[in-house]
Amino acid sequence: MSRKPLVAVLALVLLGALVLAGCRPAAEPVIKIGINAELTGDIPKVGEGTKFAAELWLEDINKAGGLEVGGKKYKVVLAIEDNESKAESAAAAQTKLITQDEVLVIVGPQASKQAIPAGEVANNLKTPMISPWSTNPRTTENRPWVFRACFLDPFQGPVIANFVTQEFGFTKAAVLYDIASDYPKGLAEFFKQAWEQLHGPGSVVAFESFTTKDRDFSAQLTKIIASGAEFLFTPQYYDEVPLIVRQARQLGFTKPIVGSDSWGSAELVKLAGRDVVGLFFTTHYAAAGAKGKTKEFIDRYNAKYGYVPDDVGALTWDAMLIVQKAIQDCGQITGDLAKDRQCVRDAMARIKDFEGITGKMTFNEQGDPVKSAVIVRINEQGEFEFYKSVSPTGQ
Amino acid sequence: MTFFLQQVVNALQWGSFYALIALGYSMVYSVLMLFNFAHGDIFMVGAYMGFFVATGLVTLGAAGVLALPSWLILALTILMAMFLTSLVGMLVERVGYRPLRGAPRASAALTGLMIGIILQTGNLALLGARRQTFPGLIDVTSYKVAGVIVSNKALIIITLSILLTLALHQFVRRTKWGMAMRAMAYDFAVVPLMGVSINTIALLTFGLGSALAAVAGIFFGMAYPVLEPYMGLLVGWKAFVAAILGGRGSVLGAGLAGFLLGFIEIFVAAVFPSTLRDVIAYSIILVILTFRPYGFFGEPYSAQLRL
Repeated sequence: MSRKPLVAVLALVLLGALVLAGCRPAAEPVIKIGINAELTGDIPKVGEGTKFAAELWLEDINKAGGLEVGGKKYKVVLAIEDNESKAESAAAAQTKLITQDEVLVIVGPQASKQAIPAGEVANNLKTPMISPWSTNPRTTENRPWVFRACFLDPFQGPVIANFVTQEFGFTKAAVLYDIASDYPKGLAEFFKQAWEQLHGPGSVVAFESFTTKDRDFSAQLTKIIASGAEFLFTPQYYDEVPLIVRQARQLGFTKPIVGSDSWGSAELVKLAGRDVVGLFFTTHYAAAGAKGKTKEFIDRYNAKYGYVPDDVGALTWDAMLIVQKAIQDCGQITGDLAKDRQCVRDAMARIKDFEGITGKMTFNEQGDPVKSAVIVRINEQGEFEFYKSVSPTGQ
Repeated sequence: MTFFLQQVVNALQWGSFYALIALGYSMVYSVLMLFNFAHGDIFMVGAYMGFFVATGLVTLGAAGVLALPSWLILALTILMAMFLTSLVGMLVERVGYRPLRGAPRASAALTGLMIGIILQTGNLALLGARRQTFPGLIDVTSYKVAGVIVSNKALIIITLSILLTLALHQFVRRTKWGMAMRAMAYDFAVVPLMGVSINTIALLTFGLGSALAAVAGIFFGMAYPVLEPYMGLLVGWKAFVAAILGGRGSVLGAGLAGFLLGFIEIFVAAVFPSTLRDVIAYSIILVILTFRPYGFFGEPYSAQLRL
């Protein structure tokens, strides 16, 4: 056999590499912002909302002729990477954005499963990152370079426990959650803790789990029904909730099912149909009945993309504006990436009373904002309707 | 007791999917001695075929063009998806496996994996990452018998799965085609010399297996109505376990092993913390294989095979 083809292929590859290496762009006054999003995999709607909100923001910047920093206008470029809704891909995408694309700051990933490992990368490589939607404490814990735009699960857990106790007067809870994913696992535990504080040990009568990609929950649901629980709390994502609710109903579970902010996707009602009407969940903002800046964002998003943005879209919008403010507060872009990244991080940590469309935010020393949660009811039209607001101070 | 019986119903329904998919794995493995790792993804293709046919028929009905009763829509969906998916299965055989007939086994196994990836990502490229909702073809009614809740959907799934397994068993035992398949399983090299075309039998095997996977896909869509491109991955692997557990050359064995797998998974989750489900379930299967290395009904290759 001749070796020639192999040699030819190798030569081509080398040539290609040389050509590519030759076209590194010359230094222009450009600000690069990385977006690390769940565009494919288990929760593609989350990635879509991220991308759409970020592009809507970029539209505003472009209309203004660029981002003004210290009296000079810079062109803004988004580097969007798909993390396939996987933890390992999220870390890889983060590394690529930081080292290869050389972005100034990163927005995303959204889900805690991806945001926790990606946060580790950003912190180690000293690049500021803000996750709009990740509510697990570990995302920002002891990571000075990592921020978020939403409330945390240690806050969300008690909010749900208190709400159910006051609204329904129940004392026996059941939980069904995905043990292989950081967000549901963390929140399930925070909820259990809060519930048992209210109603004593053993008041969570069923604490059942499954693993990502499971589609059949009949064994767990049969156990939950047999346990005599008065309601079911399931902090799962929009592609699992319809299956859980439907299977529970078909097995004869007629009691309320309560969710968390992971339910708030535009896709939920499409997949679950009438099964979820009348159910409650906690979230970051309520689209139905919104006012002011929030309504303005919703209308623009709806006009452009054809559906009402979910909480991911709204939080991403806020995160983009926080990033914008941090860059502008920083005052100048020197072109020295390490220095600029440090400057943006420091400016972000200083942000106070930021008026976002999902509420007012001030970052604490962990990089977490102190803000309110909203309880939403899914109404007859399948809209997420405002029911109640819970502030972090004075429950 | 009610709790136990309810879990039996749950296990029968869950086992149905493993059984139907395992049949296809088992047939290909028996007749051609290769692992068609793309079979889980054929199951996914079947679910999507069913989705397209069903959505099409429901839309036609809603538009008032062709109003059909729901049982007829379901029957048509199953038949058309079986036909379309068997075409895909035969295409996989023709394009992926036939050119590699004389190649080492490892290459053929690799083909399966690659075709699987092509089917998954092809779906992703064509339809995007959006989840699809399988239309609710029949109105679900739940019956309560002695405290146990059984839906009409579960009844359809369980009965048809058992009937199809038995029908395939009869096909393989009683028809001329079935005899050719059994002969091929018995001796791969000599049978072609007797004038039986290996290519025809291979196509038949893939076509039949894919048609059954399509039924599994539709049932899966009815029971768990969120469809995604990677839905066949995990279910496919587990059905593969069932096929091996059933024993090479045994249709009934594969079907039974599928149901057994369903029972083990459901009852482990029912008794132990559900977190440990797969750890315990697959340890049990490892132990079974240690004692029955040829599966339940399989025998060493030199012996008589009873497909």
